[in-house]
Amino acid sequence: MLEAIKQPWPWYVAGALIGLTVPYLLLVGNKSFGISSSLRHLCAACLPANIKFFKYDWKKEAWNLFFVGGIALGAFIAAQFLSNPDPLVLAEPTAEYLASKGITDTAALLPSEIFSWDQLFTLRGLIFFVVGGFMVGFGTRYAGGCTSGHAIMGLSSLQWPSLVATCCFMVGGIVMTWFILPFLLTL
Amino acid sequence: MEQAFQHTPTPQELADLKARELDAICVNESELVHPWWHNLKYAVWGILFGIVFVKAEIVSWFRIQEMFRFESFHMYGVIGTAVVVGLISVLILKRAKARTIYGEAIHIPTKTFNKGQIYGGLLFGLGWAITGACPGPLFAQMGAGFSVIIVTFVSAVAGTWVYGLLRDKLPH
Repeated sequence: MLEAIKQPWPWYVAGALIGLTVPYLLLVGNKSFGISSSLRHLCAACLPANIKFFKYDWKKEAWNLFFVGGIALGAFIAAQFLSNPDPLVLAEPTAEYLASKGITDTAALLPSEIFSWDQLFTLRGLIFFVVGGFMVGFGTRYAGGCTSGHAIMGLSSLQWPSLVATCCFMVGGIVMTWFILPFLLTL
Repeated sequence: MEQAFQHTPTPQELADLKARELDAICVNESELVHPWWHNLKYAVWGILFGIVFVKAEIVSWFRIQEMFRFESFHMYGVIGTAVVVGLISVLILKRAKARTIYGEAIHIPTKTFNKGQIYGGLLFGLGWAITGACPGPLFAQMGAGFSVIIVTFVSAVAGTWVYGLLRDKLPH
């Protein structure tokens, strides 16, 4: 049993549970699913700096911070006790492409060639951590939501602005992956 | 017994709700006031969520590369199933005129279109492909022990903050 749990879980199990988050949050407290707002509540809680956008009672949205805290804790539990002993199985063409860029370590969920502290103060590291993170935080708030708020909650409730946002997420990701990352990976 | 009580919002509270509603898809619409530990029901679901995130490898940078390179079905399967399950659930809740466990009518705020969904969406997409993480997976990656992701996370919070600072000057 534990052996089976330690294997990677299939997409339909993950998809079903993520989808059920929508009715769960509505039923237990009339909350609309969304994760990127937690970043905003952190700003409002820690450094509102008299900016109108952060001047609200963040404690009213504290549920969101409990939710993301739970995500971190759940990930810790999974990594500590349920972790897959085998390397990640990657699609053949992706593996070949990444190998051509010097990325071959699939032992963990993130490649150690990029995501380690000794890479932080390289040009590539600064782009991957600092610039990348900034774009995620700035972009999701500008768009009014992220994958959870727009792609899952928004599409589930048939809101067309969320479809626009989701398409833009995909276009941005595709442009980066095909036209910019091949260069960034070789930095 | 629940210590929740119904309460009529004051003008200050309405102004506060207006501020929170700016560029947010999830606003706490509930008018009930609960003691803090009621939030544990969100933490518990979050824990389940975090476990699934790691076990289905959704928080893996590699899976995001596969997705954007169209070389694996995995992430499309995850997101597609989630949307279908969410869609059916919302239909059932609406059809049944379901109420929350506290008896409030369920309310889903309507999203209005603005150009931010295009500009911000594109910018987030670019960042998503670099970091291999949207905001949820950032929390999961840190929890799973990738300590350097703290830097990405702090940058994401900084990005949100700078957006708040510049909001009135940006096209919407």
